[in-house]
Amino acid sequence: MSSLPPAARSRAARRLVGAAARGRFALPVCMRCGAVQYPPRDVCVRCLYERLQLRAVPEGGTLLAVTTVRVTTDPWFRARLPWRIGSVRLDSGPTAIAHLHGGCEAGARVRLELKLDRSGEAVLFALPAVETATMQDDRQLREFTQEPRGRNILVTDGSSALGRETARALALAGARQVWVGSGQSSPAFAPRAVPSAGATDLPNIMPLVLDAADPRQLQQCAAQIGAELDVVVNTADGFRAGGGLSPDGAALVRASFEAVVVGLANLAQAFGPALCARAADPAHGMPAWVNVLSIYACASRPEWGAYSAAHAAARSYLSCLRAQFGRAGVRVAEVLTGPLDDPAHSDQPPPLVRPGQVAAAVVELLRAGREEVVVGEVAQDLLARLADSPKALERELARGVP
Amino acid sequence: MSLPARIARRRYDDVVIAAPVTIPYQRHSTQSAHWWAGRALRRVLEVARLSAADVDGLAVSSFSLAPDSAVGLVQHLGVAPRWLDHIPMGGASGVVALRRAARAVQAGDADLVVCVAADTNQVDSFRNTLAGFSRFAQDASHPYGAGGPNAMFALLTDHYMRRFGVQREDFGRLCVAQRANAARFEHALLRAPLTLEQYLAARPVCDPLHLFDCVMPCAGAEAFIVTRAPVAAALSLPAARLLATIERHNAFATDAIQERGGWLLDAGELWDMAQLGPRELDLVQTYDDYPVISMMQFEGLGLCAAGEAAQFVRNHTFTLDGTLPHNTSGGQLSVGQAGAAGGYLGLVEALRQVTRAALGNQVERARTALVSGFGMINYDRGICTGAAILRGD
Repeated sequence: MSSLPPAARSRAARRLVGAAARGRFALPVCMRCGAVQYPPRDVCVRCLYERLQLRAVPEGGTLLAVTTVRVTTDPWFRARLPWRIGSVRLDSGPTAIAHLHGGCEAGARVRLELKLDRSGEAVLFALPAVETATMQDDRQLREFTQEPRGRNILVTDGSSALGRETARALALAGARQVWVGSGQSSPAFAPRAVPSAGATDLPNIMPLVLDAADPRQLQQCAAQIGAELDVVVNTADGFRAGGGLSPDGAALVRASFEAVVVGLANLAQAFGPALCARAADPAHGMPAWVNVLSIYACASRPEWGAYSAAHAAARSYLSCLRAQFGRAGVRVAEVLTGPLDDPAHSDQPPPLVRPGQVAAAVVELLRAGREEVVVGEVAQDLLARLADSPKALERELARGVP
Repeated sequence: MSLPARIARRRYDDVVIAAPVTIPYQRHSTQSAHWWAGRALRRVLEVARLSAADVDGLAVSSFSLAPDSAVGLVQHLGVAPRWLDHIPMGGASGVVALRRAARAVQAGDADLVVCVAADTNQVDSFRNTLAGFSRFAQDASHPYGAGGPNAMFALLTDHYMRRFGVQREDFGRLCVAQRANAARFEHALLRAPLTLEQYLAARPVCDPLHLFDCVMPCAGAEAFIVTRAPVAAALSLPAARLLATIERHNAFATDAIQERGGWLLDAGELWDMAQLGPRELDLVQTYDDYPVISMMQFEGLGLCAAGEAAQFVRNHTFTLDGTLPHNTSGGQLSVGQAGAAGGYLGLVEALRQVTRAALGNQVERARTALVSGFGMINYDRGICTGAAILRGD
């Protein structure tokens, strides 16, 4: 098992994980006096009030002091020395220790981001205040991202526009190699050849025969590409309309779960160990598993009840994978999307999500090292309503408000 | 609402300190903190010709006693004190234990208090101490490279050097003088002579800190007795009087980065209570896990003005025969840092000096000593500060 950076945190510190996972900059703020708290506290340092909530705060700061750590007690950092950190006076008030981008010099202005470290815990990372073209190439920054450039990536389902667009976006983002799964004949995994248009005009995209319904076939794939594999993007969507009053309700549920949940489990079983092994070598960046999920994983859309349930189950299973692959240092991330602008959704009102939008979100998620990205207005609106009142949302979805 | 004016602090009357004990340090130890504390207590009792039943009060400081505290230790060591304190203040533990014990003795709550600091250093225990040091360290400093106090002091040093125009040579003068003092102190783990050239050429540890700026963790114990003068006399123990003390926690919390310590708030009170001034000192023991913090103590305690410690260091010599003998046993930088015992080292050494009981490194005419403590890098800065002035006969 590979070593990981220190992972012990208080509950108050763990509240930052949600913001880091979504790429937002937020710190605990006192609900009475407005004082920004860092390190995270349980009681306000200024007025002793106990209600502190995460709020967006200014991202700027001044780098007061810098050191290069050359001796450490921690095995994960020892494999990555020397390591630069600094003391940053945040514009919002407190002083924070932060990991530093190589371009940050003492006395200069910096911009802070909340990142997830290799343990999956939230940390502060300071970047130069002014963006530069090569900023993403920083050695320390890349320990917190899964930058696709130069990496070997598997996109599981090339039978859909979503899969093909995702492969194309990753190839254009500089991936060394993108394998695109082409379904074998299997009732659960719609058989369609990878069309040449839009994908194979890029030399770094290679079709790969892959059947998510067939564990033995997947083992062969893993034996073939696993040693080089850095990132898996599972784009299997398995869309089927229908819910509780469909004449074939149970069969529909079974088929949806086969395509979405069992497929994910089969893929994870085949490629998970390879990613975990890859994570142990500090020479490679952080491996990642990215799953595209329907936003209806978060709240059931009744007319698509079997599909919603399958995506909810897949999201739950991803949480399991996040814990277990995470222990080896693999990032498990999800892209939550609203209904796609594809033939299956031709009867849906706008706004629909173009497959290319999801593809761009996958690239952006990897580049920024996020754990969750929400794509499209429908999905964002649904999550906002869910956060406000789950039961109100349930009624709205029951009345056909998408 | 405004509070009534504070009352004047009481002097310590006939409270005295005696029986300085150092259990020779080891780089690593397979023993426990209990073992080291037990050896220190037994040695104190041997020196004072007392038995365990005579331990009327006990103050304990240790980082490696877990899962025990002072409570577990009294049962482990078989003593039954009527006054017990556990002082988890790291480098301020010695001064703070002395303050607590002195008032207990003065008030009659205990007639004879043994103060003990002991820590072991097992092969992996330093790593565990750092990982679990404090809530804020766990959440907000340790995950950033896990450089421990080296990294936090490196940041303070980086800022201090630029803020006040301090050079590595200035820190080097202190370190080289301390190593020269250590040559005469038999318990120092690092006694090989050190030149300024060697200091400057050392390998970097956490820039701008290099090897000889950093303490070496080790195992060891220190102890002393606080009692009344008549008790010390009855036991024929050479003793020093306690002229004044101060203590402060979390001073200047809104400073963006630490460039001064709590001594600055309380130094006036210290000198007033002692009824003397910095020029009347025969020696000074600062808490020296890194030289930058010795500089902040010189400034905070009024030996020089704020931001002028580098010039002060250039103007003085700090060896046993220097213009201001400083860290006369070599300090932690040469003796080693035995956890919380590092917070006792300067106090025990000052007690030996002013009672003419130094171990081969006696400063001539040593009568009045200033001892300073600094403890607990809870997150980005040290929290606890304290100081005491001792006078021998």
